[in-house]
Amino acid sequence: MNHASAPIRVLVAKPGLDGHDRGAKVVAAALRDAGMEVIYTGLRQTPEMIVRTALEEDVDAIGLSIHSGAHMVLFRKVLAMLREEGMDDVLLTGGGIIPEDDARTLAEEGVGRLFGPGAPLSDLVKYIREEVEARRKASEMKES
Amino acid sequence: MTLSAADLRDRVLAGDRRAVARAITVLERGGDDGAALHALLYPHAGRALRLGVTGPPGAGKSTLVDRLARELHGDFSRLAVLAVDPSSPVTHGALLGDRIRMGALQELPGVFVRSMASRGLLGGLGPAALEVMDGLDAAGFDLVLVETVGVGQSELDVAFAADITLVVVAPGAGDGIQALKAGLLEMADIVCVNKSDLGGAETVRNDLMAAFELSSARSEKAPAILLASSKTGEGVGALAASVRELAGDEDFRIRFGERRRRAAQRRIVGGLQREAGHAAERVLESDPVLVTSVVDGLMTPRAASHEVFRRILKGETS
Ligand SMILES: Nc1nc2c(ncn2[C@@H]2O[C@H](COP(=O)(O)OP(=O)(O)O)[C@@H](O)[C@H]2O)c(=O)[nH]1
Ligand SMILES: [Mg+2]
Repeated sequence: MNHASAPIRVLVAKPGLDGHDRGAKVVAAALRDAGMEVIYTGLRQTPEMIVRTALEEDVDAIGLSIHSGAHMVLFRKVLAMLREEGMDDVLLTGGGIIPEDDARTLAEEGVGRLFGPGAPLSDLVKYIREEVEARRKASEMKES
Repeated sequence: MTLSAADLRDRVLAGDRRAVARAITVLERGGDDGAALHALLYPHAGRALRLGVTGPPGAGKSTLVDRLARELHGDFSRLAVLAVDPSSPVTHGALLGDRIRMGALQELPGVFVRSMASRGLLGGLGPAALEVMDGLDAAGFDLVLVETVGVGQSELDVAFAADITLVVVAPGAGDGIQALKAGLLEMADIVCVNKSDLGGAETVRNDLMAAFELSSARSEKAPAILLASSKTGEGVGALAASVRELAGDEDFRIRFGERRRRAAQRRIVGGLQREAGHAAERVLESDPVLVTSVVDGLMTPRAASHEVFRRILKGETS
């Protein structure tokens, strides 16, 4: 069977110490309804826990929900740890209250697109699907 | 990470965690790649103790697995958990949330947790899940714990996949009597009445004990029925002791030899049924007259099955 037809596996996590996980739960449900297999780990995930879960679950993508203002530190830390593990092919994306300038800076460093609180969920779904499919295709090309 | 099946096997056998994760993905996808990798890993499987945990949704299985696995970690230092949840039959998506309850367990060294969607099956352990369990076993985990929701036929799958089957029930929704009705308890080696910190757990246990005494359907001896609270940890030590006792200290291949023979036989027959099904579909596609004859009343469905079977045996599957 080829990679392209297997369901997309996504880790949805909420790092940091702030509040509730309603936003992350809504995102997780939307991705599930779009046919993805969503590993949901709940609140207060450290970058170490996130990367460990992503590794064990062999996910295609990680979506982080960050509203604490600590997005620069957290995305950079997770990205660095993914690279350390050789997991460069995993898409790191997410959303929250993230100024455009910050999102641009992170994108230059290798983080995927980030979605503001007003962005329609369908945009996120579409982005993850297209991005993962492209990455799977690229890795299949390498294989053959 | 793209590796040949042989490289992947070597890295799995060496205990490389990332390779284990990737191997599970390959086994889960099945097809030719999955079958090839499974064939390479299978000779190295068989040494792990397989513990199945099942019960109604919300009974506290994941929370209990977290506690119980931590109790057992002293005896089984390399420990894998496979948590299986149903996929939506409509969208094929799944929300896999068992890890939420297993935070403390994941802090321990040598522990590997993997979530798996049932993909096309109502919730049971299909061939892919069994092959993933073989993969974890081959990777050198001493204990492979598998959690599944007990619905429909799936609880039987667990009993066959596991050396020891633990059924978890709780007072209230998904209580013991409901589980009894669903046939969940018939294959239990141990029953845990969880949430003993809440009212009603004792009543559930007493009801279950009465039900087991009345039940004549069971040939083996009645299971241990233990109260526990995954919230406070009370009773989990006794539960772990009862798992240890059942596991014994001989080689699991010998201890559970008879069960494993039955499980192997079921897998062989199951695989044959799937293959025969595909072959039958090919026969019927190549000769649509058979279906037409059944629809028109010229042939009974049973006679048509015999005819298809005859052609498969003769190799006329085109
Ligand atoms: N009071 C109490 N709640 C529990 C206990 N074990 C689990 N729970 C709660 O029951 C709910 C379902 O638990 P979970 O482990 O996800 O159940 P599962 O669906 O069977 O895996 C969660 O809210 C748990 O916190 C327990 O021993 N006592
Ligand atoms: Mg669970």
